[in-house]
Amino acid sequence: MNAFDGQSPREQGIRPYLVTNGRTHPSAALDLLSMVRSTGQVPHDVLGPEHSQTLRLCRSPTTVAEVAGHLRQPAVVVKILLSDLIGTGAVTTHDPTATADVTPDLIEKVLHGLRSRL
Amino acid sequence: MGLEADSDAFPWQLKILIAGGFGAGKTTFVGASSEIEPLNTEETLTTASLATDSVAGVERKSTTTVAMDFGRITFPDDNVVLYLFGTPGQDRFWFMWDELSRGTVGAIVLADTRRLQDCFGAIEFFEQRGIYFLVAVNEFDNAMYYTPDEVRNALALPLSVPLVMCDARDSHAATRTLITLLEHVSTTSSPHPIG
Repeated sequence: MNAFDGQSPREQGIRPYLVTNGRTHPSAALDLLSMVRSTGQVPHDVLGPEHSQTLRLCRSPTTVAEVAGHLRQPAVVVKILLSDLIGTGAVTTHDPTATADVTPDLIEKVLHGLRSRL
Repeated sequence: MGLEADSDAFPWQLKILIAGGFGAGKTTFVGASSEIEPLNTEETLTTASLATDSVAGVERKSTTTVAMDFGRITFPDDNVVLYLFGTPGQDRFWFMWDELSRGTVGAIVLADTRRLQDCFGAIEFFEQRGIYFLVAVNEFDNAMYYTPDEVRNALALPLSVPLVMCDARDSHAATRTLITLLEHVSTTSSPHPIG
């Protein structure tokens, strides 16, 4: 436990690129809507607290954008953190184009869901 | 949390962009329709300096930070998630839109009748790329009332593009606008419209 628990790196006054060890390019191809999910595999390498936070945020399938929003970090920083986790096998990703095919069936399902919210 | 019901399967995704000029109500619209508090993130882009901020004779790259809002609506029964992205309002971030608009089903352009010209850029962008969109006139309390036809004329908007009135603060109005967009996509993209 430390005084910073529960605070995002930015709230702790940590510069974004400190979180990534100065790296500015993620090794995995991720975009804002790429889906990520933890695999349950525990990373062997020693990772930073931001990695642990990131891992906790993808217990259920979520997007890069959403993880970034919760961590209050720029998307590129989160992509680098996620790349590290993907590298260790702790997180799996999914090409958004594989599940973002805009089919008439998908549109109908969303229309149905939206109408039931009215 | 609908997604946890079946955490093994990645959900199907649909993305809608919420565009419009600065202050047209994009964040409000995302907030009114999203099931989560709208989140905000920044994408850091390295780009060649734009004409407006280039120093003559000096070739340099600059880093631009672009903020965007997003929200989501989950439909757990079908394992589908609808994502709403509020795009940056400033025209100088147009280069960001290509990445954001990839894979989008369509866009909602919010218009403020006090500053209609602010949404011209968004309309032009979606028209040129053949992205389905509609114009939603955000009804601001202190704005003068114009009929939908008057706004359509002022925007030179073809009849094929839907134009709706919408109070972006109202979640039902926002949801109805999303429905209108998807109905528009559904009937326009289908060679044999149903219904």
